Amino acid sequence: MSSTTSKSWFWTGFRHGIPFVLVAGPFGTLFGVLATETGLNLTETMIFAITVFAGAAQFTALQLMQEHAPVLVVLASALAVNMRMAMYSASLTPYLGAAPFWQRAIAAYFTVDQSYACSVAMYEARPEMNVPERMAYFMGVVTPLAPMWYLFTLMGAVLGKRIPESVAIDFALPIAFLAMIAPMLRTPAHVVAAVVACVTSILAAGMPFNLGLIVAGIIAMMAGAQTELVIERRKARR
Amino acid sequence: MTTGTLDPTTLWIVIIGMAFGSFALRFVFIGLVGNRPLPPWLLRHLRYTAVAILPALVTPLVIWPSATDGQPDPARLAAATVTITVGYFTKNVIAGMVSGAATLLVLIYLLG
Repeated sequence: MSSTTSKSWFWTGFRHGIPFVLVAGPFGTLFGVLATETGLNLTETMIFAITVFAGAAQFTALQLMQEHAPVLVVLASALAVNMRMAMYSASLTPYLGAAPFWQRAIAAYFTVDQSYACSVAMYEARPEMNVPERMAYFMGVVTPLAPMWYLFTLMGAVLGKRIPESVAIDFALPIAFLAMIAPMLRTPAHVVAAVVACVTSILAAGMPFNLGLIVAGIIAMMAGAQTELVIERRKARR
Repeated sequence: MTTGTLDPTTLWIVIIGMAFGSFALRFVFIGLVGNRPLPPWLLRHLRYTAVAILPALVTPLVIWPSATDGQPDPARLAAATVTITVGYFTKNVIAGMVSGAATLLVLIYLLG
């Protein structure tokens, strides 16, 4: 391994990470604004964003705390939204599993949709990359992203109190979620999971302690997994 | 929207629980499991968690918005439809968000 190539892989990753700042910006700002509106102070908002570092899960927790859901339901739902990180972690393991322990721990913290998607695509395209080069690329992708996420969250938290009531900020969260969901609907199985989730969440809306969300989530997840199986079996038969 | 009604103990349990939980989820395989393969059924379910939980969370918010005391609202329903449609066809998160927000603001202005 030479550190020069690792360095150039870092900068390649850095360049690939820059466009994602455009996504992190509005979401970070929105989280800061909504956290302030929910009653979190500046310190709480920033500790939340920095320690958790997962937009969709942070928004989920915020919404459920606003609805005064029980702590266990808040945690279970927010962590369920983050379950896909476990999948990313599993899928990165063959590429980065041989790196030193401390590097893997840092990479784990920075595993988000963007760093995962960029890195796996690059590792597949360039099988000759060695482990330090892969790690350098991964860290390159998150280097422009993470500080901007923190910074925009801070900006939103500071701005939050100054947004007038007349702006329909109540609906910013649903719109943000829908915008996040839409590009995830890549396959028929994803669409089935999402539709089942919508229908079940309406039917289960009356359940106490916001448990309807958990029930709908589990049923929808199983529906997605089953649809995938059925589609695969049909393909195999042909 | 209710402001300042959060119980600080609840908030800190949630923040600490999510901080450790999120890290654990990201660390479990890369840090602990190593190169052992995972059962396919587990991966198959993990693939659909986000796309299951997020729509389940958002659907009641769209149909029964808190701002209208739970009454279905044409402006918010239209904004949601535009967001998901634009987001689906462009595969672009920001395009979906901006068009949805624009729809909502225009309709609220027009419908009063």
